[in-house]
Amino acid sequence: MLIVACIKQVPDTTQVKIDPVTNTLVREGIPFIMNPYDTHAMEAALQLKDQFGCRVAVLSMGPPNAEATLRKALSAGVDRAILLSDRVFGGADTLATSKVLATAIAKLNDEVEPVGLVICGKQTIDGDTAQVGPGIAVRLGYQQLTLVDKVEELDLTNKKLVVSRKLEGRHERVQAPLPAMLTVVRELNRPRYPTVPMRLAAATAEVEVWDNNVLQLDPQTIGLKGSPTWVSKIFSPERDKGEIVGDGYADPEGTVDLLLGKLMEKDLLPL
Amino acid sequence: MTPTPTIFAPLFIAATALFIWSCWKRLSLTALGRPDNRLDNIGQRIGDTLSYAFAQKRVLAKPSGLIHVAIFWCFLVLMVANTEFILHGLFPGLTFTKLPDGIFMPLMQMIDVVSLITLLAVIAAAIRRAVSPPYPEARTFEAFFILFLIATLMLANFGVNAAKISRMQGSTLTLAESIMPISSWFAPYIPSGAGKLVHDLSWWTHALVLLLFMNLLPLSKHFHIITAIPNVFLRRRDNPPLPEREEFNAGNSFGINQVDGYTWKELLDSFSCTECGRCQMACPADQTRKPLNPRGVIGQLKHNLMANGPLLKEGKAATTPLIGEGDASISEEAIWSCTTCGACLQACPVFIEQMPKLIPLRRHLVEMESRFPEELLNLFENMEGRSNPWGIAPTERGKWATQLGERPYEPGRTEYLFYVGCAGSFDARAKQISVATALLLDKAGVSWGMLGKDEKCCGDSLRRLGNEYVFDKLAKENVALFKERGIKKVIVQCPHCLTTLKNDYKQYGIELEVIHHSQLLLHLVQDGRLKLPKQADLGKLVYHDSCYLGRHNGIYDEPREALALATGTEPLEMPRNREDGFCCGAGGGRMWMEEFTGDRINLVRAAEALEQQPDTICTACPYCLTMLDDGIKDLRADKVQVKDIAEIMAEAVLR
Repeated sequence: MLIVACIKQVPDTTQVKIDPVTNTLVREGIPFIMNPYDTHAMEAALQLKDQFGCRVAVLSMGPPNAEATLRKALSAGVDRAILLSDRVFGGADTLATSKVLATAIAKLNDEVEPVGLVICGKQTIDGDTAQVGPGIAVRLGYQQLTLVDKVEELDLTNKKLVVSRKLEGRHERVQAPLPAMLTVVRELNRPRYPTVPMRLAAATAEVEVWDNNVLQLDPQTIGLKGSPTWVSKIFSPERDKGEIVGDGYADPEGTVDLLLGKLMEKDLLPL
Repeated sequence: MTPTPTIFAPLFIAATALFIWSCWKRLSLTALGRPDNRLDNIGQRIGDTLSYAFAQKRVLAKPSGLIHVAIFWCFLVLMVANTEFILHGLFPGLTFTKLPDGIFMPLMQMIDVVSLITLLAVIAAAIRRAVSPPYPEARTFEAFFILFLIATLMLANFGVNAAKISRMQGSTLTLAESIMPISSWFAPYIPSGAGKLVHDLSWWTHALVLLLFMNLLPLSKHFHIITAIPNVFLRRRDNPPLPEREEFNAGNSFGINQVDGYTWKELLDSFSCTECGRCQMACPADQTRKPLNPRGVIGQLKHNLMANGPLLKEGKAATTPLIGEGDASISEEAIWSCTTCGACLQACPVFIEQMPKLIPLRRHLVEMESRFPEELLNLFENMEGRSNPWGIAPTERGKWATQLGERPYEPGRTEYLFYVGCAGSFDARAKQISVATALLLDKAGVSWGMLGKDEKCCGDSLRRLGNEYVFDKLAKENVALFKERGIKKVIVQCPHCLTTLKNDYKQYGIELEVIHHSQLLLHLVQDGRLKLPKQADLGKLVYHDSCYLGRHNGIYDEPREALALATGTEPLEMPRNREDGFCCGAGGGRMWMEEFTGDRINLVRAAEALEQQPDTICTACPYCLTMLDDGIKDLRADKVQVKDIAEIMAEAVLR
């Protein structure tokens, strides 16, 4: 059985700036990281690999420089890293993205090994839509189990799994037949730290690149052309300039009194 | 039974052969270690051997060391006596009586008196070990048995001589009494007619105990009698002891997880330990009841080498893990408990290298097995991704200096780079040290600039924690940046930055002139560039030595002198100060780890500082400041302030 983890390379959140003219992210000089939720998705796949001996492939759609993030995945121990990269895939919204990813997964399923699980992060930290995972599930006709914080049982003989979903204020225990698509939350696991030999091996390992010659999709249904979503404006919300209250080192007690007074004035304390 | 070569010679040959075989069995195992040249600077090595092995400088650091010095020097004399004893036993014609009187008589007198001193010293050692042992487990059968054997040798020697004297008369007796005054005391107690019996009994006791003693040496901690002097001669000469660089090529393995990963000298260390416990008494981890005991680590290494060495020599696989539980393995918790403070290195009379043996084990755990305390995952990722321990955006790095205006380092125009460090850049409390330092530098008209958002972490914690791979990347980036900007002189306020830039980066081909702010500020006052219009009024002030400033870089006096100038009085000292200073608990990457076992090191140190009833505790390291500040808050001593030396200087200069 093949487990596919979908990962995305995103700009490091603390350093994102938005170009007010073009409404796009200023990418110059900004480091990229693997979307944090996706690191947990990949770890979940790797733990199932350790436990059941399944093979793990990671898929990412992105520009050629996303190869760096796929190498990170290789250093963590995935068997195959595939970058879906083509100019015609560019500018895609979640609909078009899930189409490309689902097509690649179907191809792996048909030509390489039956896919049992697709695991995605619950959302990315740049787009925050949480739509791509479910989009893949719908296109492939897989069961979708979102916000998973625990894989309780995976039964490969009877092709089913039981997971716990983390909902607001409660947990839900769900059983579903395979194949299934999971989106995962941070509480699921602690991503592994790659060993140095794995990092060194990953540096020379192959990151496969699939372009549209491989996927053979109609250019009208993918990329910018296949994306009905239009972004009208992106902006950082303005924040009122704060105020430095007192000197906590010189006069801790006075400063606390001052702060409490201010908070009470604004009715911000639940008294 | 009259002493006769017919019986003694075969016994002696058998005992000597067994002794040589036991020594060889152990010492040959050191050949499993990796090569390491310890024969450089022969002149200095001879000097060190004289002052540390023969003059026992470090042994004398504790009062009980006097007993050891007495026994050591007596042994040197008694070696001459025992050589004669053995030669005489083998060839009855060979005795000291053959020597000219001018040598014979003083020699005999010396041996006689030295035997008494040895006897008294051994009794003193036994009493000391029984009444106030260096550590409770030091009351071993082995320790007392060896002392008993030495005492027996002395008494047997007196027995042999006294028996001889008891059978003498006239002028021979007078002569004998003058050259063996101590033995003569015993002579009258020997019944007439029993002289020969006492002589033969004493002689054989001496002979057998001597051969037994010799054979016990390699089997026990008393092997140090043979190995300690060479161990001092072969000591590491670099201070601080730098970890080796690693080559990150595919196929290499990283760190050490098998005993033959150490160098031959590191293996020899394990046979040189006398279990005196001085490292343990100085170790902040051991003293706060953590499972790390530097003496234990050396013992575990020895047991591991004895267990695996013979197998490895035959090309077989090791069976006892180096990292693990048991008395022949070093536990993971011990490995992670080390603060790399270097107190063990400073304490060891024979220069055993305890702390540097732990770093390669950490490297193995981190780099090969990815196994480390959970808290370190964030640290490692933050360091690699954002080049600081907290994972704050690198663009925020220069912001502490916003109010000082733009202060870039301009190649060719700026004299000093002020390398602020992660704490000084991001930690709210430590930023105040940066500001105080910057204001003082400006006041003195020093030409300085900083790298702002281009500054990266020096990588100290990574290296001490065994994450050499990420350290290596950071070091290379930093060195390239320093070279590109033509940086030669650097001011730091953090001793961890100091040691890393100054010492570790030498391995990357850059020799920087790095000065700690406490040194520079003193020089500026001495040169008249900083005036002290008033004395800082901080009440009673006690100074805490940072391990990386003190033990690792030998900076003890400058901070004290600067404080004396700023406050008008010498700072108070804690009982453990300077070379014996006690760690705050944050070194070796422990700053970023939880302390679950035993007492908290920072509380122990803060309590020691509070015993001096200070109004102010002065630190010269941002980690020490955090640890002691937390410590005094936990001890509810909020009225005591913890301040960095720059803040105290600023009180005197700027207010």
